[in-house]
Amino acid sequence: MNKEHSKAKKYGMVIDLDKCTGCGACMVACMAENNVPFKKDETNKLDSITWMRVYKLTNGKSFPNTEICYLPRPCMHCEGQHGHSPCVSVCPATATDYSQETGIVSQIYTRCFGCRYCMAACPYHARYFNWWDPVWPEGMEKSLNPKVSVRMRGIVEKCSFCFHRYQSAMEKAYYEERKELEEGEYQTACTQACPADAITFGDLNNPDHAVCQLKKSKNAFRLLERLGTNPKVYYVSTREWVRRSGDNYLRGYEKEGKVKKHRELAGH
Amino acid sequence: MDSALIPKGVRRCSFGQFILFIAIVGAVLLWGVFAMLLCWLKGLNQTNMNDYYGFALWIWADLAVIALGGGAFFSGFLKYIMGKDELKNIINYAVLIGFICYSSALLILAIDIGQPLRGWFIFWHANVHSMLTEVAFCLSCYFAVLTIEYIPLILENRQLDRVPFFHNLSHNMHEVMAVFAATGAFLSFFHQGSLGGVAGVLFGRPFAYREGIFIWPWTFFLFTWSAAACGPCFTIFVTWLTEKITRKKLVKDNVIELLAKISGWMLATYTFAKIIDTWYWAAVTAPSAGFWLPDFYSGNALYGPWILFLEIIICGVIPAFILVTDTGRKNRTTLMTAVILAVIGVCLNRWVMVLQVMAVPVMPFDKWVLYYPSWQEVATTILPVAYGVILIAISYRYLPIFPQEKELNPAD
Repeated sequence: MNKEHSKAKKYGMVIDLDKCTGCGACMVACMAENNVPFKKDETNKLDSITWMRVYKLTNGKSFPNTEICYLPRPCMHCEGQHGHSPCVSVCPATATDYSQETGIVSQIYTRCFGCRYCMAACPYHARYFNWWDPVWPEGMEKSLNPKVSVRMRGIVEKCSFCFHRYQSAMEKAYYEERKELEEGEYQTACTQACPADAITFGDLNNPDHAVCQLKKSKNAFRLLERLGTNPKVYYVSTREWVRRSGDNYLRGYEKEGKVKKHRELAGH
Repeated sequence: MDSALIPKGVRRCSFGQFILFIAIVGAVLLWGVFAMLLCWLKGLNQTNMNDYYGFALWIWADLAVIALGGGAFFSGFLKYIMGKDELKNIINYAVLIGFICYSSALLILAIDIGQPLRGWFIFWHANVHSMLTEVAFCLSCYFAVLTIEYIPLILENRQLDRVPFFHNLSHNMHEVMAVFAATGAFLSFFHQGSLGGVAGVLFGRPFAYREGIFIWPWTFFLFTWSAAACGPCFTIFVTWLTEKITRKKLVKDNVIELLAKISGWMLATYTFAKIIDTWYWAAVTAPSAGFWLPDFYSGNALYGPWILFLEIIICGVIPAFILVTDTGRKNRTTLMTAVILAVIGVCLNRWVMVLQVMAVPVMPFDKWVLYYPSWQEVATTILPVAYGVILIAISYRYLPIFPQEKELNPAD
């Protein structure tokens, strides 16, 4: 066995919800970086494409006890069981794939034929359909990112963890005869844009990466963990009500049966 | 004018009346075609679907027509495999209805996908883990089988039958039809099941997700079962409707009652299985995902407990009870009530397993989202109905669909 063969990575995020101010810089950076199309009128959020979407959560209490939390939601790049994430396993044309090398769930735009089964499968609403052909304001097409293909009408798209950046970083590393990337060499656009430094990105398998330590925090949680989606986006909050907003809890049921099984599967 | 094409010994309305009927239904069909072209040329922005409702009216229509078309495979199974020979008097019509339902499903799917020109990718880049792949393969194959079953019927047209080649071809196809019926039954058991699997495997959607055996969730078996139970009910219903419109008795009561009896027992056992499935889901599967049953039926303007009651009790237990009793079947009013309830029940089940799955919020901070279809979606859903009516009208006029018609309606 080749000892120099690089170890499988598992890229993921840890988002500190106590730091997030809900400014939306991550959403803007994501759209600009990934050539995400937009409509003239974006008031109907049900057909707007937002790879990164910031949700506003509240503790439901009235003033003066009201608390707000903003929760950025990229694609969770679910691993499921052995790479059978909810969307990957259902796509009939293998147009979405789970990479065992990086842990990233990809979307193959040229193969997707727009059945939208993956959207039905995703509980996070992280997948978006191109209801229209992308139209850019005059002149704006010149500022599109040349490393990211624009998508046509009738197909599904989603957050790719800025996979083109991974490819660029790997190309550079190969050129320099390296097989491994430094933590800072591959970072997503949202991570870099966040002014509050709420988003940390890296290899969850690599103990030298910050995310590997951050995810072990007692305040870390993932969205809808009990469904067995095994997401790679972690959230951190010191507020209990925020942590409990990450899943559906039933009194007296939490430690039983499948919930426990799913947590064990996820390495908790 | 077209009397040379009409089967001997039967009466049909005048050609003018027939053309007028076709023209009226044809206008509805053209409306649907116009909407279909809009969807193809302008894209799915013509619909009211959105990122919460990737699956909506069309997928429901697909699932519903395939369940209703289940009369073809199950009647064929009963006649050719189980030896229920009386069903030869309704099998032609069951095949025709099945052919219409399955061709409609394929048409709707062709409109529903965002990139219709890439539709073949489902075969070329097939993902063997996807239930939809299994649906696509089995559905296409079974449609081919239905076409093979429908061809000999076309060849029995009075003029075509005079051509020796067609006459012999039709005869020989009839001889081997048992093989195709068996193939059709096999394929149908799978694709009806896979359609149930489409929702049942969605482990990210606790409302739809079911456990099961190996790769098949319980919905896999429930969908096949319900199609076998309610498909024949739809065949009976359409036969009754045809009799009302043509003002003729076309199939003897004993044939209808036999099919109704078998349907009744299938429906009774299906409803029993569905109740157990619902109980296990409510008591074990959903709570393990963090949901109590009332969570799925509250907090919105449409989906309440009534829908569960309507599906299982009103459209399951009641029609099953009527159809398994001799008196229930012999009384035409109760028989037709039961048959209509069963048809509504299976359609409702498909609606719930598509639309309610999309409506239920999964993330705790998400909200119920309801949907209503655009006129383009409605028109394209009515399109196959109009197409079906026209195909039935033409087939009834020119082909010997009902073997007992002459006997039941002797010419003066």
